[in-house]
Amino acid sequence: MSSDLAELEVSVWRGDAVSGRYEDFRVPAHDNQTILDVVSWIQQHLDPTLSYRYACRVGMCGSCAMMVNGVPRWTCRTHVKVALQDNRISIGPLRNLPVIKDLATDMDPFFDKWVAAEGRHHPSRTRDEPIEQIDPEDAARLEANKGIECINCSVCYAACDTVAGNADYLGPAALQRAWTLYNDAKDDGRQAILDAVSGTGGCHNCHSQGSCSHYCPNDLNPMAAIAGLKRATARSFFKRSK
Amino acid sequence: MLTVRLYMLQRITAVLMAPLVLGHLAVMIYAVQGGLSAAEILGRTQGSVAWFLFYGSFVVAVSIHAAIGLRVVIHEVLGLKGMLLELLTWTAALALFALGARAVIAVTLS
Amino acid sequence: MMRPHRNHPLWYAFILHRVSGVSLALFLPVHFYTLALALTDPERLDGFFRWTELAVVKFAEFGLVFLLALHMFGGLRLMALEWLPWSDRQKSMAAGAAAVSFLISGVFLLRAI
Repeated sequence: MSSDLAELEVSVWRGDAVSGRYEDFRVPAHDNQTILDVVSWIQQHLDPTLSYRYACRVGMCGSCAMMVNGVPRWTCRTHVKVALQDNRISIGPLRNLPVIKDLATDMDPFFDKWVAAEGRHHPSRTRDEPIEQIDPEDAARLEANKGIECINCSVCYAACDTVAGNADYLGPAALQRAWTLYNDAKDDGRQAILDAVSGTGGCHNCHSQGSCSHYCPNDLNPMAAIAGLKRATARSFFKRSK
Repeated sequence: MLTVRLYMLQRITAVLMAPLVLGHLAVMIYAVQGGLSAAEILGRTQGSVAWFLFYGSFVVAVSIHAAIGLRVVIHEVLGLKGMLLELLTWTAALALFALGARAVIAVTLS
Repeated sequence: MMRPHRNHPLWYAFILHRVSGVSLALFLPVHFYTLALALTDPERLDGFFRWTELAVVKFAEFGLVFLLALHMFGGLRLMALEWLPWSDRQKSMAAGAAAVSFLISGVFLLRAI
């Protein structure tokens, strides 16, 4: 096949936490090829020292996200044809996170903020009590359902300019998690969540730029979740000041 | 750099100003035809309690609203924080209020 | 150069809101200062108004009116987004805010010239 003879021009970020630069590679083009395939081919055939992160290869684990031509993407589910511009692809580490080496970023700040937003389960019952019955059609349950497919890939976090400008800002993923738990009948941490998202890095710093929702690979809507938190905190603000 | 309190202040002043801005736009469109003059403006506004309340509340709201907005931009673009950021926020609010109050007094009270 | 990840309508709505807001905040001290001349120095104020009759100044005023209307209607969209039940029509509403603002400032310009 003729397309197998063609080559892609690929620039890959090489460096560490301090410095780095883009390095050019030529990679054989195929009809069916993901960005992660391209990165793996470079590591297996051209430079075994290239560092990157992936696990499941099927869009479940959320570990392979990178900047592809300046846009954050899950690389295992991004076809080369979607991202290719003039036969060129630039592949860099996720924005807004410290680089460990090459394409691997340190995800600690991302997950630390997940915890800081009270994005953890606050049990409402003990194991000795019967399991709570949940009505799947309940309005709050439907709202919670909207956020549960998040795979923690950090694409939204990398896309957000508010994260870039405000180091304290918890970011779209953590805030969406907080909103999901806020609507979960089995979670007993409602006030703790509202307090956690009301500080100097809280939901009120969001400018509704919508890059989170625009780039979320699972078509989730963190911007709407953050709006939900703003509404809930505003309501609680009026209640408390009475 | 916004807590829930600053956010609420920002939004409450915004809601307050929406009808004031509409009124201001209407007055501008009405008054601009044929050019402006000091006498024309003063003839409309001087000694009027209604215009004093209209522009007075406008100035109070915009001083708060603009100061909080500038605070956010200064933090996100210039990276300033802490006491310096507080100082700049208050300076912006007070300066806008002082200049605005002076203008409102000039066109409505004197 | 434009960062690629910013290339979508709601990011443009954001930057317009920010630029209009900062511009208005910087314009206000000038606005207040000239109005206060009504008391301290009415003749200078009238001299200033004669200056505003210049076409280029009229156009700048049109720009200011546009920024004011845009900041208000864009801000109303944001508050509706935050406080009313969620709507997926944010892009249309942002475009609508820009269109209405242009219309209002256009009427101002036509009345001004």
